[in-house]
Amino acid sequence: MKLHIDSKVCQGHGRCYDLAPELFGDDDEGYGQVLGDGVVPPEKEHDARRAVANCPEHAIELLEES
Amino acid sequence: MTVDDRFTQDRDERPEDFGTRSEIITGPVADWATDFSHFEPEWTADPYVIQDDLRQRCPIAHTERFGGGWLPVRYDDVASIAYDTEKFSSRAIIMGNFRPPVDIAPIGGSPPISSDPPFHHDARKLLLPAFTKKNVSRLEPSTRAFCHSLIDSFEGRDSVDAAHDYAQHIPMRVIADMLGFPPEDGPKFRQFVENTLEGINLPPEERIERMEALGDYLLEQVHDHLANPRDDLTTYLINAELYGHKLQAEHVTGTMALLLIAGIDTTWSAIGSSLWHLARAPADLARLTAEPGLLPTAVEEFLRAFAPVTMARLVRNDMTWRGVTMKADDWILLSFPAANRDPAQFDRAGEIVIDREENRHAAFGLGIHRCVGSHLARMELRVALEVWLERIPRFSLADPAAVTWSAGQIRGPRALPLRIG
Repeated sequence: MKLHIDSKVCQGHGRCYDLAPELFGDDDEGYGQVLGDGVVPPEKEHDARRAVANCPEHAIELLEES
Repeated sequence: MTVDDRFTQDRDERPEDFGTRSEIITGPVADWATDFSHFEPEWTADPYVIQDDLRQRCPIAHTERFGGGWLPVRYDDVASIAYDTEKFSSRAIIMGNFRPPVDIAPIGGSPPISSDPPFHHDARKLLLPAFTKKNVSRLEPSTRAFCHSLIDSFEGRDSVDAAHDYAQHIPMRVIADMLGFPPEDGPKFRQFVENTLEGINLPPEERIERMEALGDYLLEQVHDHLANPRDDLTTYLINAELYGHKLQAEHVTGTMALLLIAGIDTTWSAIGSSLWHLARAPADLARLTAEPGLLPTAVEEFLRAFAPVTMARLVRNDMTWRGVTMKADDWILLSFPAANRDPAQFDRAGEIVIDREENRHAAFGLGIHRCVGSHLARMELRVALEVWLERIPRFSLADPAAVTWSAGQIRGPRALPLRIG
């Protein structure tokens, strides 16, 4: 599974980096960023789904890797 | 160094036709679908029953008061309006009997909340770095110490007013520190907040006079910072540049007014509403004192269910929107609280579920105007509740009938007597 933030949709609510600080960080203006390559280790999948489900702007996608 | 003459001129003499005023209409509402008012006592006491009723039978209510306006109560309508800055302007964001002139856009009176694209983006960019989660976390130790000092002052009392003696002081102190204003000016801030947000139906002369008092206070603070620059937001705004020039004086003072007003009674309301709920819900209170780690999740639920902030927009042009005929300059009362209680968007929308896992609430708005202070507000709310629960794990309403709520677009308890002994 891989995380992606649509930066045109993100408004910097910060729910992702509040809920899953090991998967997301913020930039100097508070917009969310996927840390590293965005690949979610199996033990972090719950955190990743929770971040997706709490983004008020629906800016985060969790993509199945092919 | 040259003298900064942006702030030395007398206040502009406003031309006679500055903005438009509508007739002040008050009194009981006959039908909330056709005559709503967010300033009548029934709304102030409990807006949710009104909004729930409207959602069933008339999802976009209308009023002739305030010169005409609309009230959507479904999440989907509120979100669509928040996202559509073409059809709905932020030129004015407090629904009342005064509309500023069209040419005040795209800057507006208190940028960036009153600004439309493209100016909005650039004015907002100036503020974002100061309000990141990382930067506001630096204020956490002093906020926590201040909350403890407020509770220290309750020593020997078996009842306190949690709104007056606790909640209001926390954001006042934090925002005064950030702007570099004297902390002892809290009572003045309270007056400015009440005049701006609750004085909507006062006679115009009185309202103007009161708003001028805020303007005079802000200019006084600007002059103090020009004489003694320091590391705070006021000095930052005085020195900030946009498009190669320092900001206009009105932009500097307009943003200072925004941070002062929007930074105070919003968070004050959120802290008060959360304590009000816990005072009436012993099971939730017991669970949170036993499981402090649940607090951040509970805070999100309090923000959803008691979202303090309702915004407003002005319709840009005549149009038919989702079946209703809107006219240019009609108000939209943009109720994030109503959106947050829409059963089409949230399971058990009318209940407080403190361990709600999925909570896409809109308490801080949606789209480009997402509350710039949301990380600060969350920190203050969490710390205020952590300290309270640690120090006062058992409390209840001292007198339910004595609880009072603010009127208008910001909702929270203004009197909240609690038994703490």
